[in-house]
Amino acid sequence: MRSTLKASLAACLATTMLSAPAAAELSGTLRIISDMSNPAPRAVMEGLASEFDAMHSDLTVELEIVDREAWKTQIRNALSANAPDVVNWYAATRMTPYVDAGLFMDISDLWAEDHFDALASTKGAMTLNGAQWGVPYTYYQWGVYYRKDIFEELGLGEPATWAEEISNCQAILDSGRKCYTIGTKYLWTAGGWFDYINSRTNGYDFHIQLANGEVEWTDPRVRLTFENWAQLINMGAFVDDHQTYSWQEALPFMTDGQATAYLMGNFAVAAMRDGGLDDSKLDFYQFPVINPGVDYAEDAPTDTFHIASGAQNVEAAKEFLRFVTSADVQTRINGGDALGQLPVNSEASVSDDKFIQQGFNMLSNNAGGGIMQFFDRDFPAEMASVGMEGLQEFMVFPDNLDDILARLEDARQRIYQ
Amino acid sequence: MTMTADAPSHQQRGWYKRNEIAVTPWLFLLPGILFFAVYVILPIFQSFWISFHQWDGLGEKTWVGLANYERLLGGDRKFEVSFWNNIRWLFLYLLAIPMGLFIALFLNQTVRGIRFYKSMFFFPFVISQVVVGLVFSWFYLPNTGLFDQIMGLVGIDIRGGVLGNPNTATYGIIAAGLWPQTAYCMILYLTGLNAVDPEQVEAARLDGAKGHKMLWYVILPQLKPATFIAFVVTIIGALRSFDFIAVMTNGGPFGSTRVLSFYMFEESLSEFGFRMGYGAAIAVVLFFIMLGFIAYFLYSMWRDDKEAR
Repeated sequence: MRSTLKASLAACLATTMLSAPAAAELSGTLRIISDMSNPAPRAVMEGLASEFDAMHSDLTVELEIVDREAWKTQIRNALSANAPDVVNWYAATRMTPYVDAGLFMDISDLWAEDHFDALASTKGAMTLNGAQWGVPYTYYQWGVYYRKDIFEELGLGEPATWAEEISNCQAILDSGRKCYTIGTKYLWTAGGWFDYINSRTNGYDFHIQLANGEVEWTDPRVRLTFENWAQLINMGAFVDDHQTYSWQEALPFMTDGQATAYLMGNFAVAAMRDGGLDDSKLDFYQFPVINPGVDYAEDAPTDTFHIASGAQNVEAAKEFLRFVTSADVQTRINGGDALGQLPVNSEASVSDDKFIQQGFNMLSNNAGGGIMQFFDRDFPAEMASVGMEGLQEFMVFPDNLDDILARLEDARQRIYQ
Repeated sequence: MTMTADAPSHQQRGWYKRNEIAVTPWLFLLPGILFFAVYVILPIFQSFWISFHQWDGLGEKTWVGLANYERLLGGDRKFEVSFWNNIRWLFLYLLAIPMGLFIALFLNQTVRGIRFYKSMFFFPFVISQVVVGLVFSWFYLPNTGLFDQIMGLVGIDIRGGVLGNPNTATYGIIAAGLWPQTAYCMILYLTGLNAVDPEQVEAARLDGAKGHKMLWYVILPQLKPATFIAFVVTIIGALRSFDFIAVMTNGGPFGSTRVLSFYMFEESLSEFGFRMGYGAAIAVVLFFIMLGFIAYFLYSMWRDDKEAR
């Protein structure tokens, strides 16, 4: 009785708002918890929330922004008790615990809509157990950001092969600089190097097999990856004492010109520009080929929105996901003055920023091997943490390799049973 | 008539009135007992229970019996590193006690502005441990850090900086921790020194005691209560050395500065953690180590109590 009354009331309301679009039927409260806490993303998220709020007069959008790092551990509590409607998270294996525990809502029906055809390229990263559990809103390329002015001074070009890479690096070292800056205090930066060297040496499929625990860490192919890496380490290509720096603390080496390049995600560009590197000094190249027999695979981590399975306002939540993935919104939020990253909707236009354009071209035309999400998103959590610690140790003491690999193999046998 | 008048008046004294003396202390204790039970005792047993399971904190618990302990004590290298680091902390942290005593003796004099000097020495204990950790991690920075430059003058070069070298990192953190802990011990001894009996000092002086003999045979025995408290807080501080590690090295380089409490946090609550069962097993081991100390402290307090009677 009550529900029919409610329904008729809602119908009544809907008919009174004659000219309003269908979506305006949304009412109640939409609760969003977002981890977009850095200044630029925060402004984007707040803009999205207020815009969505203004679009639907009966709907109140409640936005809570949580520190990005803190969210990685808070999401569990947030989803299990008094769940919000929409949350931020990451694609691929990183979703597994919440999908398995039934905390993310299956939104395959949303993906079946025509609107979502434009997001087809990211569907794989959002699929687990044959269903889709969220939508992406942005992604960004990884690659080598380098000091163009120093390369020009030394007469070097962008290396395309490993041999060129090594000879470039030798020239840089001879000029009294380091080839690469890196800060491994928080470990994950070393994961990026492993992703690239391993996928360039053994290919994307092997890399994913390793991530899925199907290959032994003591496998000779894994050793080959580390041998290639050790070439750079033994040359002294990386800045000293990198285990004491965070990635931000390692930036000044690049801006001061003590190191010439940084293997990083595109989010670092803003910081490099703040550090005084304009486009005449800063440029980008794709990580060079090591094994010509395998295709380029690229790290391009995807950030996502999900609906909690305990959501109170599912209709509004779904409408919000349609809203953030629409071509128009994608164009705006990924623009150079907003997130400065790549839009997930193929109908959205890409910002004309130099690095975003290069990244977009690289990922659209030159990543035939596949798209990796990143070491700590492709590998299960425990393997990622043990693994990255081993990678950091390898970068400081390459001679400990046998011991490190034995340890990782030990962990693999335990974790993937 | 007198009989009937008396009986109801006796009955009017309710149950509480009759048992007032026995019940009132328990009433006052009740809130404390309740909170202690719910927030301390119960979680301890919950940890025991969880440590027999494999559990990600979200789904169903799977009973695994003693498997967590077998893995932990059967050659988990992270555990071994953490355990030995805990031992290092326990021993080296105790240095805070003699250092605190030394500073207290040094400051225990009447000079103009002594209160100011005392508060300056106490300062590191007042500021947050996180701040102390940060300041020390800058102090230790390779190349640019003050410590590295001083070492450079002496001609010692620590590869990777103090906190970047697995052989020195733990000691570097302990040194940072000693700074506030020494201040704490100093305050304990300063109050202790106020209570030293001047007549005994006078008498000892007449007997010709001075210098370290005076300190050892006259002053120190009177400082025994202060020493005991300093010992207790230092041991507990050493076992809780979580903040410094989290701020200064985050357990690194490659896990060489982990202690049991940090390892427990990493396994159960950190970004890549949520292995609640294993974390709980570490917590249980840590609990028993602490229990050893706590039992000793309680025993010695009980013994002192008995002697005093």
